[in-house]
Amino acid sequence: MAPGEFLALLGGSGSGKSTLLRLVAGFEMPDAGRVLLDGADLAPLPPHRRPVGMVFQGYALFPHLTVFDNVAYGLRRDGAARAEIARRVAEALALVGLERLDRRRPHQLSGGQRQRVALVRALVRRPRVMLLDEPLAALDAGLRERTGLELRAIQRATGAAFVMVTHDQAEALALADRVAVLDQGRLAQLGTPVALYERPATRFVAGFLGAANVLEGRAAGGVIACAAAGCTLRPAETPPEGPVATALRPERIRVLPPGAAAPAENGLAGTVTERAFRGESWLLVVRAGGGQALRVVLPAGAAPPAAQTPVALAWDAASVVVLAG
Amino acid sequence: MCRALILAPPLLWLALFVAAPLAILGAIALSEPAAGIPPFASPLAWDGGWPRWQGTLASLAALVEDPLYAEAALRALRVAAVTGALCLAIAYPMALCIARARPERRPLLLLLVLLPFWTGFLLRMSAWIGLLRDEGWINGVLQGLGLTQAPLPLLYSEAALMLGMVHSYLPFAVLPLFATLSRLDPALEEAAAALGARPAMAFWTVTLPLSLPGAAAGFLLAFIPAAGEFVIPELLGPPEAQLIGRVLWAEFFQNRDWPLAAALALALLAVLVLPILLFQRLEVRR
Repeated sequence: MAPGEFLALLGGSGSGKSTLLRLVAGFEMPDAGRVLLDGADLAPLPPHRRPVGMVFQGYALFPHLTVFDNVAYGLRRDGAARAEIARRVAEALALVGLERLDRRRPHQLSGGQRQRVALVRALVRRPRVMLLDEPLAALDAGLRERTGLELRAIQRATGAAFVMVTHDQAEALALADRVAVLDQGRLAQLGTPVALYERPATRFVAGFLGAANVLEGRAAGGVIACAAAGCTLRPAETPPEGPVATALRPERIRVLPPGAAAPAENGLAGTVTERAFRGESWLLVVRAGGGQALRVVLPAGAAPPAAQTPVALAWDAASVVVLAG
Repeated sequence: MCRALILAPPLLWLALFVAAPLAILGAIALSEPAAGIPPFASPLAWDGGWPRWQGTLASLAALVEDPLYAEAALRALRVAAVTGALCLAIAYPMALCIARARPERRPLLLLLVLLPFWTGFLLRMSAWIGLLRDEGWINGVLQGLGLTQAPLPLLYSEAALMLGMVHSYLPFAVLPLFATLSRLDPALEEAAAALGARPAMAFWTVTLPLSLPGAAAGFLLAFIPAAGEFVIPELLGPPEAQLIGRVLWAEFFQNRDWPLAAALALALLAVLVLPILLFQRLEVRR
């Protein structure tokens, strides 16, 4: 991880993302392997001596202390002088616009305000790494996007490296410089949000990020015969011979005008089984000739075919991503 | 209508078992002692349908005039305070261990705390007599090992009194502390550690202040019954220590001065209500 980087650990429940965070914080001990910070192993250090800050899921603000005392807690443990504590706490609270609420107790704050107190409480000690465990999960949907962008602005301003655990793929893609997708305790893929989305390495990543269609078949001579979908795929790059899986993004599939025939390669004919309006887009579920159901996303402006009508689909060769596993 | 129906049973209960006994106690305290059954004259006499006051404030005045009562009350409060403090000191680590134990082990540990209640209170106190008396087990073992020549005067001492008190009231202190400590979010101490607090500092600055209401409740639940305790001082305590409970018992059964005993009971109640009110104000403020 690079200094000043914003890394998201993305995974479902039980994927080990929170455990990984707790390993870095020192609340769990690794059975094997090491946690390195600037080349030094953190393992012998107890949690209170590690140069990391943590924002807990649910924030874990001290309910018996005021906002000021919550933020000052870490500075007092570090033995900072009284005047310096007052100055740095005021600075930190000003950073998140809470300077006028410093006498309040946590239960007198809104969810978004609590989240910001938890953030600056950890940031005020200027840790080299900030660990955030589902920092936005407790906020309601409207507040989540705005708070997420604030979070990233604060990260840029302070220059600290952020590691954020989340189960929300949109949050991870939107905020992080790089995203690590975890699957059952293993790193499935690590990359920039765009790379992860465009070129998922495994079925799990393809399905978890944006719910791609996974088409399986047998590759021979640069084309893949996919029996379940009843179509022939020709990816932009030549796939290895033998059985392969490919990912096809729902929004990369075009619906051809009524009456048009599906192309022989990178296209198929099917029947619309479900149609759902999602506000910014339409979601179609199309049953292909081979029986497999494909998800197709159309922009909201398009006139979608009705349910139970036959439809022809097509896509570009560049949209077919051959998966490694 | 529905509200009244729901409130009726507890109100009736309070009227029958709190208000009525208190009123009777107050009436007895204001009456003149008399020879007979019951051994007092009602403070109100009926003269042709009109009530006539014939009560007296003599019993209440006696409480103030005779230093015996104030001394006994102070001694009882001191013993109760030491009992409460000892119970708290022992109960806090116990409650903390139970609250931090694995969830599936907690019911068993709590059961062990409550286990003494499965034996009669008097039996448990009698067992201490058997252990502590001159020919008892402890002196027997000490002399058998040649550690002491003569039996140690263990029974009927201040130490035996405190032993019995703490043994009896310890569970009352453990339970509210456990309830408070087990409700604390474990992430709070982790947050303190992540902010640079050593474990002892995290406990001192986070867990301890947040557990104070439970500690106050635990102290009071031991302190209040201990202040009026009669049986334990009688069975285990030094004979010269006149605690308020024993004085009350003596006035009632030996001197048969019911008005004085009633006045004492009311005074004791008033003294004990004070810390409860204090505690409630503390709770409201939080």
